[in-house]
Amino acid sequence: MKSGKFWAWVVFGLGAAYFFIPLIGTLEFSLRMRRGVYSLDAYRVVLGDDRFQATFSYSVVVAIFTILLGVLIVVPTAYWIRLRMPHLRPTVEFITLLPLVIPAIVIVFGYIRMYGSDSPLPFLASARGTDALLVIGYATLALPYMYRAVDTGLRTIDVATLTEAAQILGAGWTTIITRIILPNVLIAVLSGAFLTFAIVIGEFTIASLLNRPAFGPYLQNVGANRAYEPSALAIIAFAITWGCMSLIQVLSRFAPKSANRPN
Amino acid sequence: MAEPFLSIQHVQKSFGATTVVADFNLDVGAGEFVSFLGPSGCGKTTVLRMVAGFEEPNLGQIVVAGKDVTQLKPNQRNIGMVFQAYALFPNLTVAQNIGFGLKVAGAARAEIDKRVAEMLDLIKLPHLDGRYPYQLSGGQQQRIALARALAPKPRLLLLDEPLSALDAKVRVSLREEIRSIQKSLGITTIFVTHDQEEALSISDRVAVMYGGKAEQVGTPFEIYNRPQTKFVANFVGTLNVLEGTVIDAASEKVRVNGEEVTLKGKLNGSKAGDTLSLALRPEAISLGRQADRDARLSGEISEVHFLGSVIRVRVGIGGNVISLDTFNNPATPPPAVGQKAEISFSSDDMLVLI
Repeated sequence: MKSGKFWAWVVFGLGAAYFFIPLIGTLEFSLRMRRGVYSLDAYRVVLGDDRFQATFSYSVVVAIFTILLGVLIVVPTAYWIRLRMPHLRPTVEFITLLPLVIPAIVIVFGYIRMYGSDSPLPFLASARGTDALLVIGYATLALPYMYRAVDTGLRTIDVATLTEAAQILGAGWTTIITRIILPNVLIAVLSGAFLTFAIVIGEFTIASLLNRPAFGPYLQNVGANRAYEPSALAIIAFAITWGCMSLIQVLSRFAPKSANRPN
Repeated sequence: MAEPFLSIQHVQKSFGATTVVADFNLDVGAGEFVSFLGPSGCGKTTVLRMVAGFEEPNLGQIVVAGKDVTQLKPNQRNIGMVFQAYALFPNLTVAQNIGFGLKVAGAARAEIDKRVAEMLDLIKLPHLDGRYPYQLSGGQQQRIALARALAPKPRLLLLDEPLSALDAKVRVSLREEIRSIQKSLGITTIFVTHDQEEALSISDRVAVMYGGKAEQVGTPFEIYNRPQTKFVANFVGTLNVLEGTVIDAASEKVRVNGEEVTLKGKLNGSKAGDTLSLALRPEAISLGRQADRDARLSGEISEVHFLGSVIRVRVGIGGNVISLDTFNNPATPPPAVGQKAEISFSSDDMLVLI
C-alpha cells in the first residue's frame, strides 16, 4: 500500500472514530434502562409517550408545509435566475446563505417584534398564524440547502434551450416549469426536501420561542428530565436524518439522465 | 418571386452597444429552403432567433404568411425549430417528446398517437417510441427533434445548426434526409450553418452573411460561381487571389504577372492603371496548356498534396501562389515539386472582386 493511501485511511479512521464512538456510547447507554441487561425499554417508553407522537406528528406536518413553501419559492426563483438574470446569481446566493450566519434566535426575535398581535400582520395573534410563521421561519432556515440543491439540479440541464424548445412548441411558463423543468430537477428538489425535513424535525429555537408543540422542544424537555430516554431519542433522531439521507441517495439513481452527449 | 411566405424587412438588433444584425432583408417563398451561411458572430443565429420570437428586433418587421409576427411570443407563432444541442426533454420518452406540442395544444390522445406514429415513420425510427433521449445516438436524437418540430404542423421550420454536433458521416446522411423530408412536406425552411458544403448542397437559395448583413443572396450556383463581394468569394470555397493591372479599359485587357488576360464585361468601369483583385477557383485551372483555355500563366510547382481522388498542386507565379486541383490518374505520377509549369484557365472563369 502506498504511504499516501495509508495516511488517508488513518485520517479516515480517526474521523470515523470521532463520529462513531460517542454515537455507539449513546446507543449502548440507551439500551441499559433495565438494570443488568440490554433492552429496548427506553425506546418503548419514548415511542409510547403521547407527547412524542403528538410533537412528532406536528413537526412532520410543519415539515411538509415548509417543503411545499420552499419549493414554491426556490424552484421558480432559481429557474428565473439561471434563465434570465444570471448576473443576479451571486446576490441571490448571498441572500440564501444569510440564514447560516444569522442565528435562529435573532430571526425569531425579529418575528416576535414584527408580527405581534398589534402589528399590521398579526401572525402571532392566533395559533394558526403562529404555525404559518413557524413554517415561514423554517423555510428561511432551509433556504441555503434548498436553493443549492435546486440550483445544482438546474446546472445539470440546459435550462435555456429546453425552455426555448418548449416555448416554440406552444408551451407557456406554467407548462414549462411543471412539465419540463420540475421533473428534470425533481431529484434535486427531493434532496432539498429531505434536508429541510431533517432540519425541521430537530429544530428547537424557533419552535420553543414561538411556543409551538414541536418535536425539538420535546427532545429538549425529555433530555432535561430523564436519563435513558434522551439517548433513545437521540438515536431515533439520527435514524430519521440518516433515513432521509439514504432516500436522497436512492432517489438520485432515478434522476433523468442527460441526453446531451456526443454521437 | 410571388408573395413571399416569410418576409424579414429592415431588421436590426443590438445587444448593448454592439450591433449584431444591421438592416437585414430577406424574402422567402412558400416551400423554399434557404440557408443562412456565415462565420461565427455574423448574426445568422440572431436573425433566426428573431424569426422564432426568442429575440425582439430593435427595428424592422417579420411577416409570416402576410401577418406581422414581430411582437408575437414564440409560443404564438406556430413555428417549428430544431436546435443544435437537440434539446429533447430528458424526462419524456421519444413518443412523448414528439407529441409534446400537440398535447400542449390540447389535441385528443388518439390524434396525438396517430401523428406521433406518422412522424416516427417519416424519420424511419418507428421502433424507438418508448426510449428516452439518453438511450439514443446523436443522429437519432436529432431525427426525433426534427419529428417533434414537425408534429404540430408548423408554418415554418427553423434549423439552427442542427448537424454541427454530429460526426461527418451522420451529418451527410442526415442533411440529405432533412432536405428530402422538407421537399416531401413542402414546408418553408430556414437553415443556419457555418458549413458551406452543407448550405450549398441542400439549399434552394443561400444568404451569405457577414457583419450582421446579407452580403449576397442567391442560388448555390450563383453564390459559388458569381460571388458579388470579396467576402463571399473568400468565404465560399477555396479561392486564388491574384493582383492585376488594367492595361486598356476599352479592350478590357489586364496584365497579370506579366501576361495579358482579357476580362470581357468584368472591369466595372476601371481605368487603365487601376489595380484589381482577381480570383480563380482551383477547379477552374488546368495544369499545362489546354486548347479550350484562352489564358495562361507560367510558374514553378511549390507543393503537391495527394488527397486521394484529387491532387492539389500549388504553383508559384510571381509573388502569388495558385492552388489548382487535378483528378488523380493512376497511370500518371503526380507532378514533382520544383518542376516548371504552365497553368491555363478560361478568362470567363476569372472573378473581379469588389
